[in-house]
Amino acid sequence: MRMLALLLAAMLAAPSAAQDAMPPAPFAYRQLDDPEQEAAAQELMETLRCLKCQSQSIADSDASMAGDMRHQVRIRIAAGEDPDEIRQWLMSRYGDYVSYEPVMSTTTWPLFAIPVLLVLIAGLLFRRRFTRRP
Amino acid sequence: MIAEIGLAALWLAAALAVLQMVGGVLALRGGTESEIAGLTRPAAILQGGLVAVSFAMLLWVFAITDLSVKLVAMNSHTLKPLIFKLSGAWGNHEGSMLLWVTVMALAGALIAGIERRLPERTMQATLAAQGFVALGFYAFLLLSSNPFERLSQPAVEGLGLNPLLQDIGLALHPPTLYFGYVGLSVAFSFAVGALVTRQVTPDFARAMRPWILGAWVFLTLGITAGSYWAYYELGWGGYWFWDPVENASLMPWLAATALLHSASVLASRDALRVWTIMLGVVAFSMSMLGTFLVRSGILTSVHAFAVDPERGTFILFLLALYIGGALLLFALRAGSITEGERFSLASREAALVVNNVMLSAILAVVLLGTLYPLLTEAFDVRVSVGPPYFNPVGAVFLFPMLVVMAVGPLLRWRQDNWGRISKEIALVAALLLAALILCAVLFGAALLPLLGLSFAVALAVASLLPLRGRSLRRVPVATWGMVIAHFGLAVALFGMASESAFSKERLAALEEGGTTTVGPWAVQLDAVEPIAGPNWTALAGQLNIAYKGEEPIQIAPQSRNFWAPPQQTTESVLVTRWNGQLYAVMGSDSTDGRWQVRLWWKPFVTFIWYGGILVALGGLLALIGRVRGDLRRRTIRRKLALRRMDEEAIA
Amino acid sequence: MSWRMWLPFLVFFGFLGLAAYQLSQPKDDFIKSTMVGKELPYFTLPPASLDRPGVDSRYFYDGGPKLLNIWASWCLPCIAEAAQLEQLKETGVEIVGVAIRDKPADVMHFLTEHGNPYTRIGRDDLSEVQLGLGSSGVPETFVIDGNGVITYQHIGDIRPEHVPVLLEELRKAER
Repeated sequence: MRMLALLLAAMLAAPSAAQDAMPPAPFAYRQLDDPEQEAAAQELMETLRCLKCQSQSIADSDASMAGDMRHQVRIRIAAGEDPDEIRQWLMSRYGDYVSYEPVMSTTTWPLFAIPVLLVLIAGLLFRRRFTRRP
Repeated sequence: MIAEIGLAALWLAAALAVLQMVGGVLALRGGTESEIAGLTRPAAILQGGLVAVSFAMLLWVFAITDLSVKLVAMNSHTLKPLIFKLSGAWGNHEGSMLLWVTVMALAGALIAGIERRLPERTMQATLAAQGFVALGFYAFLLLSSNPFERLSQPAVEGLGLNPLLQDIGLALHPPTLYFGYVGLSVAFSFAVGALVTRQVTPDFARAMRPWILGAWVFLTLGITAGSYWAYYELGWGGYWFWDPVENASLMPWLAATALLHSASVLASRDALRVWTIMLGVVAFSMSMLGTFLVRSGILTSVHAFAVDPERGTFILFLLALYIGGALLLFALRAGSITEGERFSLASREAALVVNNVMLSAILAVVLLGTLYPLLTEAFDVRVSVGPPYFNPVGAVFLFPMLVVMAVGPLLRWRQDNWGRISKEIALVAALLLAALILCAVLFGAALLPLLGLSFAVALAVASLLPLRGRSLRRVPVATWGMVIAHFGLAVALFGMASESAFSKERLAALEEGGTTTVGPWAVQLDAVEPIAGPNWTALAGQLNIAYKGEEPIQIAPQSRNFWAPPQQTTESVLVTRWNGQLYAVMGSDSTDGRWQVRLWWKPFVTFIWYGGILVALGGLLALIGRVRGDLRRRTIRRKLALRRMDEEAIA
Repeated sequence: MSWRMWLPFLVFFGFLGLAAYQLSQPKDDFIKSTMVGKELPYFTLPPASLDRPGVDSRYFYDGGPKLLNIWASWCLPCIAEAAQLEQLKETGVEIVGVAIRDKPADVMHFLTEHGNPYTRIGRDDLSEVQLGLGSSGVPETFVIDGNGVITYQHIGDIRPEHVPVLLEELRKAER
């Protein structure tokens, strides 16, 4: 299905999607020297949503804005910021939308309540099914 | 003229669908011996032929590039190679819907022609349901997406010469998924038929099973191929993104998997009647839902189809009619259908029940995560649900299911005792624990990949245990199918866990002659050369790569710039070894004379797709085994009937 | 007949309602900034053109409401909104520009071609200010009151019908 989708995305590549001529941000395509920091940055980038491309994380997009966001993430991690702080910083600007990792809040609680409910229902089903002797 | 023949055939087919539906309903009312009831089956068969003619006409106008047909003018071009002219016939909304009804009508013709096991009343109800479903799609085609529409002025040249879209994968992928969806629609018709006549019997499950298996094989192949395509085409090494469009193809697969297992309980043991019916309805509704989500563009996705609210409305209307109707029928009827045979906790049925509940729970989680952003948007709040949600929440249900999946096939039907298979259970548990501890000590990876690796090892061994102590030649084909499919799942799980735990990434800015490493590979950028294609220019990086002291190989990933439409793509190069893949991407240039090169070493990543292929192969074997069994049973039945007739004659 | 058998039907009905409602809604892909109502983040940008100074966030604390326009010379809708920005400028609105990922030569070229409504233009090469404001594309226009607080966000190009809306928002920001 993704193929079909991309096919159309390719067809619809409208001129309004003009690109800038600037080189990518310094840390858009450059890893941090400290492998531990880079791993933390990578993990965070995979859970942040590219705002231009909408259905990709910033870790797998070539959009220049995604590159600028990767740059932000890497330099902040290098400066010793905590990944969660960086996520919070972005979420205070773009809301829940920018993070693929929903946090429990007034708008997202059903995402967590329903799976718990499912566990309970599954448990009940098994109990009912197997405690009654045939 | 050709287009008009196609359109006329389509209208006639629609009329026959009405006849099929009315005939089936009247047969239910007035008894199966009435004249009109005799027309139901021929109507279905003739309809299959007519739609096939209609589709052949569409292929024809595409083959000769008849530019007076709007669809051809919009989507084809005289200079395209023939194979892509033909595949262009279904590479658009109208043509793909025609392909859908074609497959559906042929499936309808097939069941009308050969299915004789079920009581005639159930059969009539099934065909009526099938006609009803088909009629909706005919209406959709004829009223709002006519593929044979003419232009008042023939176009001078077609608009569809985009070499980006001339890809054999793109040509084959959609039909694969459609075959799957249509197979599920047949299962749906059977479920509705059985519900109407309250004949939820093992025979019903046996009649339905080949269609589920076939659909499941196609869906498995479709998802596997789609995932590999995304992996090599997108240029970032990801193979699954939990994108709404991907989820739309995964959900029918999950439902079909559950349905497959519950139908096999019903076929063998006459249990889980209501549950099987429910899953039959759910599986088809997931296909319809997926089509709706993708085509209506209701979920924000850059991957949205050529979106059209009118089409969305139409599909939603069909969805409401079919699924709403079926669920209403379910609510009214299901209470009067008894659950069937009982079984104890230690039995294969019980294991399959657990499997079913867990699969349904995973389906519910995927559905919830996919639709949740839609729900909050109604309140003007936008949220994103992605891998950090789906992976752990899905895992909560997946891993318990895998435990049961390892043990279940070893259990006997109805009632068994744990003592009988205690050795096997101990073996699997010991393997699981050993693998878990070993992986944790050796690699110390994150929890999910760790669980994935150890469960994959234990499940791979456990899936082979049903063959233990049996003569391999005597094992039924269907059992081989199960063993291979379960083993394939373990293989795929191993690939996923390994990719997640051991992948190495290297983003390097290299001068010509510069070197870097990724995992066990040493990489040197020898040169960067410009290349010109028919409508693109590219930078090709000549990379010299060597695996741990082996002979170096030359590869040349490209970064391509297309002129019309202006677009940049990456042509990544994959180097496959038995133990993994090197993934090389050439980035666009950087200013200071150094070139961006993206490299990944992904150990055992190929196992994901090998596993997918094994699963599909398992499904295919099961299908062959079941159909052969059905045919054998049919001949036996016929011989018995003959002998009875002989005996009666003698008497 | 058990009520439980009705559950799937009810759940499905709920979905239908939601889907029908969403289909009837006009689809916008805007990601709204959650910075509206909050103070501007601190920033300093060097000038993006030769004839206008750069931008400093302290500049927005002088008591008068202003428009902050996020744009770029490479963005086509920005050409479409140039006339409306000119019109806003003529009614006495002060417009501060932030050029995203842009080269001074391109900026100069754009301004000579399509007019220059800006009093200051900052150069945001790494989209830092854009990210700081919660803006997700070009062009976007923010209304900033005289105390450096963001009071309104307009996403996309400014069409003629949006001009009165922006003027009203600026008037509200004055109080």
